[in-house]
Amino acid sequence: MRNSLRVFAISLALASSAPSLAGAQTVAVGSKKFTESYVLGEIAKRILTEAGITATHTQGMGGTIILWQALKSGDIAFYPEYTGTISEEILKLKGAADRSAMESRLKAQGIGMGPELGFNNTYALVMRRSKSEAMGIASMSDLKSHPNLRVGVTPEFLGRKDGWKPLSARYGLSMKDVRGVEHALGYAALASDQIDLKECYSTDAKIKENDLVVLKDDLGYFPQYKALFLYRLDAPTAAISALAKLGGTIDEQRMTAMNADAERTKDYTLAASAYFGKVARKEAEGKSETTTQIILRTTKDHLVLVGISLGLAILAGIPLGILAWRSRAIGAIVLGLVGLVQTIPSLALLAFLIPWLGIGTNNAIVALFVYSLLPIVRNTVTGLQDIPSPLRESAEALGLEPAAQMRKILLPMASRSILAGIKTSAVINIGTATLAGLIGAGGYGEQIQIGLSLNDTPTILRGAVPSAVMAVVAQAGFDLLERAIIPKGLRLTLAKD
Amino acid sequence: MIALKSAERRYGASIAVYPTTLEFERGKTTALIGPSGCGKSTLLRMIIGLIAPSSGTLEVDGTPVNTFTSQQLRRRMGYVIQDGGLFPHLTALRNITLMAQHVGTDPAKVSSRVAELCTLTHFPQEALGRFPVELSGGQRQRVSLMRGLMLDPDILLLDEPLGALDPLVRSALQKDLRSVFEALGKTVVLVTHDMAEAGYLGHRLVLMREGRVVQSGSLEDFQKRPSDAFVTEFLTAQRSLVML
Ligand SMILES: Nc1ncnc2c1ncn2[C@@H]1O[C@H](COP(=O)(O)OP(=O)(O)OP(=O)(O)O)[C@@H](O)[C@H]1O
Ligand SMILES: [Mg+2]
Repeated sequence: MRNSLRVFAISLALASSAPSLAGAQTVAVGSKKFTESYVLGEIAKRILTEAGITATHTQGMGGTIILWQALKSGDIAFYPEYTGTISEEILKLKGAADRSAMESRLKAQGIGMGPELGFNNTYALVMRRSKSEAMGIASMSDLKSHPNLRVGVTPEFLGRKDGWKPLSARYGLSMKDVRGVEHALGYAALASDQIDLKECYSTDAKIKENDLVVLKDDLGYFPQYKALFLYRLDAPTAAISALAKLGGTIDEQRMTAMNADAERTKDYTLAASAYFGKVARKEAEGKSETTTQIILRTTKDHLVLVGISLGLAILAGIPLGILAWRSRAIGAIVLGLVGLVQTIPSLALLAFLIPWLGIGTNNAIVALFVYSLLPIVRNTVTGLQDIPSPLRESAEALGLEPAAQMRKILLPMASRSILAGIKTSAVINIGTATLAGLIGAGGYGEQIQIGLSLNDTPTILRGAVPSAVMAVVAQAGFDLLERAIIPKGLRLTLAKD
Repeated sequence: MIALKSAERRYGASIAVYPTTLEFERGKTTALIGPSGCGKSTLLRMIIGLIAPSSGTLEVDGTPVNTFTSQQLRRRMGYVIQDGGLFPHLTALRNITLMAQHVGTDPAKVSSRVAELCTLTHFPQEALGRFPVELSGGQRQRVSLMRGLMLDPDILLLDEPLGALDPLVRSALQKDLRSVFEALGKTVVLVTHDMAEAGYLGHRLVLMREGRVVQSGSLEDFQKRPSDAFVTEFLTAQRSLVML
């Protein structure tokens, strides 16, 4: 018991030393979950830092909706966005929107638009060069006579207002096989001839790397996607003007090169440093994190997430279990509620908590806490229920006060069941905590998310393997703890039954 | 002295014990007998306050039990049940001394009292460190008896303490119980199915049937002046059992 308290105290201490995302003087930059956004976020962080402003960068927080919400709620002050997305997805404007129209509408929501960075990263459709040449397809109009081509576009593109469906209507396409495939995986599918056609961003490094052909948008369907930073109007003026210096400094070629560098090195900080010149790029290479450093850092973050959420779940779950056991009515309510939250998909729960808890560690801890409750509460109730009634009666007849009965008789007798519940929670928690990577809370999930966005197996494994190891170690640790915590007499009795 | 005044216990619509007025004399052993389900345990549970009477009252030494806190009341009583009701996670010694330690009894006093009780109940001292699962049924029953006697209560309540034991151990324990009761002179209420055991251990017998007291008195009263046909039937059934 005392040991687990100590673990909990250490976790708390670690957590309070972890950087806070919402510090008063800190400017928070966010980015979307694809390479270019990561790189732009890193460039922004460095620009701000060089201007003497403390800046953090929460990498790869999610898609447009999550970033936009985070910006509006003040979790982040800046993130890179594209003009087409602002008009189509955020403001839902009809037809071509000019800058001043967008600006005035954003202003009403407390958001400002920085200057355009220079490049236009519009959507485009790509095919393998061999296939396009064999079939004589050079423009999007040529697609019309080939309804059997296999299409694999991102789920986001499938649903977008300027996405697949309106595109098909505009060009009169009637493709039979259209599927939603994640962006990096889509490139892999295209390269291995699983699909024939996908959408891309015109600055994607993969286009050159995989020798793909960009089809000509001969009807001018795709809107302009000029990159720029969105920012909160209440962000520090110094930060806004520092980032404004980025205006017109990154053309398509430069962006494509940095994207390629990022995908090759798997190090966004390194790729971003190229913006600051060859010397800066060299320096950054020296500072690049080694695999061991990455694993140590993510392990620490992961332990904080798991330790605190599990500790809180134990502190709350056992009393809730006792309460549920004492009264049938309360029990039905408590178990019902705890069971209900368990059924919320984890991604939905994280998203649901964003308006209250923002993005990052706090949100992840609350979500993990909620998921850890059920096994602990349920096993506490079962453990107490399974105590034979003559023994409960004896404890009461001795004249022990209710609290002493609980402490000296009932809880020790239920200890095996409770500990089993905690073990289940811990193992589930360690696995689920990898989802914290989706909302910038770090841990092993960070590497898994980066790896997924690059379709890079070694990076994925750098997160997945330690997470599996931690789960196995936790399992073994609890088996040892069982010998220490469960009273010997009880173990003998259970062994005999 | 324990007195029930029209004490009744209902469970929903069914009545486990009809309004009963009954006294248990100080320093005497009363044996409660009757067929299964007649309300013996319910009566005992009311005395120790595990359940409250649905109507009527219960007094200990002239004071209604509701003026005690239930903890105070229970500490004046020892309670021994079938199979002992020992806590499996505690050793025999810890089972016996749990309450004494909880109320802060001087450790030296505790150990001399345990030694005394071991002698009294014929329990081997070297087995005190074992867990209940490592004891025989008879030993468990002795430990349970020691636990009931540890704080030297005025009242001892035993609910079929010998129910689960084989005949030889049972008769040995019957002898031990009788000498303990004689030596200590406590107010004892003992529940049993067995007429012979009731007659051997009890100064007075109380026979119950379907929640009501049918007759109370000495074994001789029961044999010579049965109050109705059920009493005779009960005695006959018990005798024919013995003859088997
Ligand atoms: N918690 C309860 N809820 C409902 N009915 C109960 C409860 N406890 C006891 N009863 C009923 O009250 C009646 C008396 O039960 P009690 O346990 O006092 O019988 P007993 O004389 O001790 O029987 P036995 O010799 O089998 O132990 C029985 O009909 C029993 O079913
Ligand atoms: Mg009974």
